[in-house]
Amino acid sequence: MVNIDWRLRRLGQTAFTAWVVITLSFVIVRMMPGNPMGAMIQQLERRGMDPVRARELVELRLSIDPSKPLGPAYIDYMVNMAQGNLGRSVYYQESVVDIIAQALPWTLFVLSWATFISFFVGISIGALMAYWEGGKLDVGLTSWAILMGSIPFYVLAIMLLIFMAYRWGWFPTGGRRPTGIDPGLTWPYISGVVRHAALPILSMIVASGVASLGMRGNAIRVLGEDYLRVARLRGLSDVTISTQYVARNAILPMYTTLLISIGEMFGGSVILEQVFQYRGIGWYMLSATYQRDYPLMMGGFVVITLAVVIALLLADLTYGYLDPRAKGQESEVY
Amino acid sequence: MTDATDGDGADRTDHAEALESIPSRDGAAAADQPAEGEPVRADGGSVGVESPFEVVSSVEETRLDKLRKFYDSYVRAPFFIVWTDWRARIGFTIVFTYLLMGIVGPYVVEPTEVGEAGALAKPFQNWDYPLGTDQMGRDLFSQVVFSTTEILKMVLAGALATVGVGTMVGAVAGYKGGWVDTVLSTITDVFINLPGFPTVMVLALLLPIGSNPYTVGLLLSIAAWGGLARAIRSQMLTLRSESFVEASRAMGIPSRDIVFKEIVPHLMPFVVINLTNAARRVIFSAVGLYYLGILPFENLNWGITLNQAYQSGAHYRPGALHWFLTPMIAIIVFSVGLILLGQSLDRVFNPRVRARHEKRSGDTAPDGESDEELTGDVGGV
Repeated sequence: MVNIDWRLRRLGQTAFTAWVVITLSFVIVRMMPGNPMGAMIQQLERRGMDPVRARELVELRLSIDPSKPLGPAYIDYMVNMAQGNLGRSVYYQESVVDIIAQALPWTLFVLSWATFISFFVGISIGALMAYWEGGKLDVGLTSWAILMGSIPFYVLAIMLLIFMAYRWGWFPTGGRRPTGIDPGLTWPYISGVVRHAALPILSMIVASGVASLGMRGNAIRVLGEDYLRVARLRGLSDVTISTQYVARNAILPMYTTLLISIGEMFGGSVILEQVFQYRGIGWYMLSATYQRDYPLMMGGFVVITLAVVIALLLADLTYGYLDPRAKGQESEVY
Repeated sequence: MTDATDGDGADRTDHAEALESIPSRDGAAAADQPAEGEPVRADGGSVGVESPFEVVSSVEETRLDKLRKFYDSYVRAPFFIVWTDWRARIGFTIVFTYLLMGIVGPYVVEPTEVGEAGALAKPFQNWDYPLGTDQMGRDLFSQVVFSTTEILKMVLAGALATVGVGTMVGAVAGYKGGWVDTVLSTITDVFINLPGFPTVMVLALLLPIGSNPYTVGLLLSIAAWGGLARAIRSQMLTLRSESFVEASRAMGIPSRDIVFKEIVPHLMPFVVINLTNAARRVIFSAVGLYYLGILPFENLNWGITLNQAYQSGAHYRPGALHWFLTPMIAIIVFSVGLILLGQSLDRVFNPRVRARHEKRSGDTAPDGESDEELTGDVGGV
């Protein structure tokens, strides 16, 4: 009973956040001083467009009717959003949803690989450091993790770009897929896509060295537990102890860290995709920012936020299954 | 007595003195021969005008004593603790150097201008521009120094706002509970869920931010305070049921004072360590925003240097690498310093480390002595 209540509450909270974000986007577009709506109308009128026509065009693009009072305009906007109508891009002359729909898979491709690889690398390194705690490897890797943690991922990305792409030519310098090859399930195309995604993924992995520190701390704590001594006294094999006792208990807290980091990575994709000119959702959002293409920019913002909100919801809901102790309030991530 | 190195020791001494001066415990004679007119209590003790609850301390503490105590527990002891650990020493030195560079640097180093030297001069060749120059012949060393001031301003505003708002919201939500908690926690959750960078980017573009570094710092704190508020709230939930809080409530101290004068000081270690994390976050986001060229600017900072380097194609031009490396190394070293400082502050606030250090530093009355006095007195009754 309690369980269901908690899940419903968490779901409600997610819905509330989504509503706040969409409302916020409405407020920004419609009501802020110097808001995009006013700016767009002025822009069009300055080009000599008749005011009525300009307002119609703005309505088409922003899904907000400038001539309506706030209340009805807000309801229209929410209905449009619920139907997945995010307006039309000014620069690309396309529906925002279409642009985002073709960009989002590329971002997800990079993010999911980056997340999984950095998770496994972090766990293995952290476990090794805990195993040889205080040894040379531990000290060396800890310093390395601190150093990596203090390099902003975009700085690392630029360095990788300079050396691995421009100087040594190991990877392409930008873009998201090989040019001149037809998309399809052919080896050249797939390997090209992987090569284009390699540097963005690599820069996220290396920058997430802090994860290994977290794993190290967890594993050291587990290693000191009494139940581990009991397990040894019972004569359990080392393999059983390390996989079922140490690893399981040390990895569990890492799961939440992992899913929270998805949110940060999504946010970071804006810079990362700019560095590598990788046309994902972040790249489109940023180029919309440069072009003052407000519908696309706000659309990107809303979609990125919703993606993060949903990722965090999944994290909360699944954590209860992974860790039987964490049923109820405590299992909330953050 | 009063110059104990840490606050706890000094407090305990005060208690001991206070107990000493309680008349009813002082002499057993008082119970035997009650003075005329003095109320005699059923347990044989007498409560005169000098009630134990009105006696604060028998020794007046001068302002000098207070100052010395403050200096000892907040400046000297932390400094010595920090100095015993090499990581802490490095972190402290780095952060101090940056502070010096940001505050004093602009008065010492000459500001640079376009065409001061040849374009893209190599670093470590000429001592007029030790770190080389950029494409427009501007001295990169001078750029780094002047940028530090700007970054420090952002960090000051951003980190303080993040930690201040986070602590206040979390503390009030955790202490009050009920509907206040529900409302504040819901707001906190929304802010935690917002992906920081895109939010800040959109707001930076649409709000009239201008180029004031303090405003930029405040803007960056918008997406950052949520996590701290949540952590503080959960700490508060355990602290609020402690006996000292219950006692304060029973004494009728207003909630505001209980939260901010009684409980929050217990959370200070956590808060201060988060200050260094918040500082790092502000630097990363600010440099990121300026690197993308979203914010308007008047004075240079590391992000703008990166942006200009990228715009001029320094990433593929030969011989321009130092243009990127200079601001990058400036960011990385500062960040390493902040991480190490955060870790060492953890030690400063750790009572076990403090206690150990206090014994080593010696010249104060050890805690044991005052404890003995206390027990001796009580035993004598």
